[in-house]
Amino acid sequence: MSDKFITEAVRNIPPSGIRKFFDLVLEMEGVISLGVGEPDFVTPWHIREACIYSLEKGFTSYTSNLGLLELRELISKSYKKDYNVNYNPINQILVTTGVSEAADLAFRAIINPGDEVIVPEPSYVSYKPSVSLAGGIPVPVRTNRENEFRVTAEQIEESITENTKALVLSYPNNPTGAVLRRKDLEEIAVLANEYDLAVISDEVYCKLTYDGLHTCFSSIPGMKERTVILNGFSKSHAMTGLRLGFATGSKELIGAMTKIHQYAMLCAPITAQMGAVEALKNGNGEMEKMIREYDRRRRLIVDGLNKLGLDCFEPKGAFYAFPSIKITGMTSEEFAGGLLKEEKVAVVPGNVFGDCGEGHLRCSYATSREQLVEALGRIESYLDKISCKVPARSS
Amino acid sequence: MKEILDILENDPKIQPKEIAIMTGLTEAQVASKIKEMEKKGIIRKYKTVIDWEKAGEEYVYAIIELKVVLRSRTGYDTIAERIAKFPEVVSVRLISGGHDLSLTVRGKSMKDVAFFVAEKIATLEQVQGTVTHFVLRTYKQDGDILFEKERSERLPVSP
Repeated sequence: MSDKFITEAVRNIPPSGIRKFFDLVLEMEGVISLGVGEPDFVTPWHIREACIYSLEKGFTSYTSNLGLLELRELISKSYKKDYNVNYNPINQILVTTGVSEAADLAFRAIINPGDEVIVPEPSYVSYKPSVSLAGGIPVPVRTNRENEFRVTAEQIEESITENTKALVLSYPNNPTGAVLRRKDLEEIAVLANEYDLAVISDEVYCKLTYDGLHTCFSSIPGMKERTVILNGFSKSHAMTGLRLGFATGSKELIGAMTKIHQYAMLCAPITAQMGAVEALKNGNGEMEKMIREYDRRRRLIVDGLNKLGLDCFEPKGAFYAFPSIKITGMTSEEFAGGLLKEEKVAVVPGNVFGDCGEGHLRCSYATSREQLVEALGRIESYLDKISCKVPARSS
Repeated sequence: MKEILDILENDPKIQPKEIAIMTGLTEAQVASKIKEMEKKGIIRKYKTVIDWEKAGEEYVYAIIELKVVLRSRTGYDTIAERIAKFPEVVSVRLISGGHDLSLTVRGKSMKDVAFFVAEKIATLEQVQGTVTHFVLRTYKQDGDILFEKERSERLPVSP
């Protein structure tokens, strides 16, 4: 079929940089991959068992558009317990097929054509295209290594125009591992009030925060009414393939998102919802074990990269290290391509997450310690080959 | 301490240097703590879990339930310690229920195991009766699943 039928919005979206790299990796064998944005743990057995049991009992029907009430009640309780934020399970929580759907719904519910949406970068690859597909204009804000990739209120304010409608926050961050401190969030909250911005806060990595507690943006006084929190079970409970996320927000925002959801998706799969119920009821032990293991790997990879002379700040959340390769003088695509070809290590070039990610690599440490150590050895050997080994930074 | 034990339990070959990075301690601190735990008997031994069947070695295991009659000044500990000294005995446990001691015995053949039980165990003065269960297959041992582990087929690169 001719592409004349394809909308301009879709045609204008560039293909994902990750996709391009993925195709390259697929052609090779024996690759150690640090390019994976999902846990390397299989969904804990008790959660899988709950899914199987639900099928055995014949739970194969639609659920309410909003999701199972029991699941929404458990989500509500967890927000009350973790952040002292009250969400009414009846009309302020929507269960979705993954956080990606929740993000798409939020953008489509909030954005009018021409509205600007501020997106701090480096950022997860789908925000900008999703904003564009909703008819909005994404406005990237560059963050940098010097400030540990934390976006500041000043930076956001500089990008605000009369067309700015919303702000995306995504912390802990994919790909940098950056986390915003409570003070950062309070300053951003002042701006959100002053400029009357909606805030879409993707907190899917909130459980994977290593130093200090995660602050939920809607727990900042006055923010709950203008914020949609996006969250899910993929990262915290290793449930990526079950595609289960949720959004919490004001009755009006969730109501608007539900309208789109009911026509587009109808409801999230009941099997995955039953698994999520089990995850919230009994999943803390397994989750904590996984987090401890990620934390250990985080220290290993950051230490290893710094010893190789690839400056890497200590990520505070998620499971990515984001080292700089600027000392090599190569672009991140050149470096990642060369590393894959010469040493069979797959990492994701930082520029796919926004221009300011150039000169960096995303290295996922959601892989075994043995693989991490082997990958670090291969990176060292690649640096030797390109004659770029530099003395280790003093820590 | 617990964190070091946790790491070692899963990977006894790991070096103190790596444990130090993972725990935030110095290498010297890790080495000294490990030494201390070895000395105190908290760390008993570094073992390797082997799937002997896969290695082509034939071993026969049996679980033996023992009914024991205690004599004066001879408690469970005494009889258990005596039985534990046999190299064929892999484990000895005092258990509740219908029997008193539960042993795991290893031999080269069923005949070997049967002979050992009949000759060495059943003949002990305090042993009143034995029930032998031969192990047909081991699926999990010391917390390690021995059949092919489940694999998650992840894409090599994902968002």
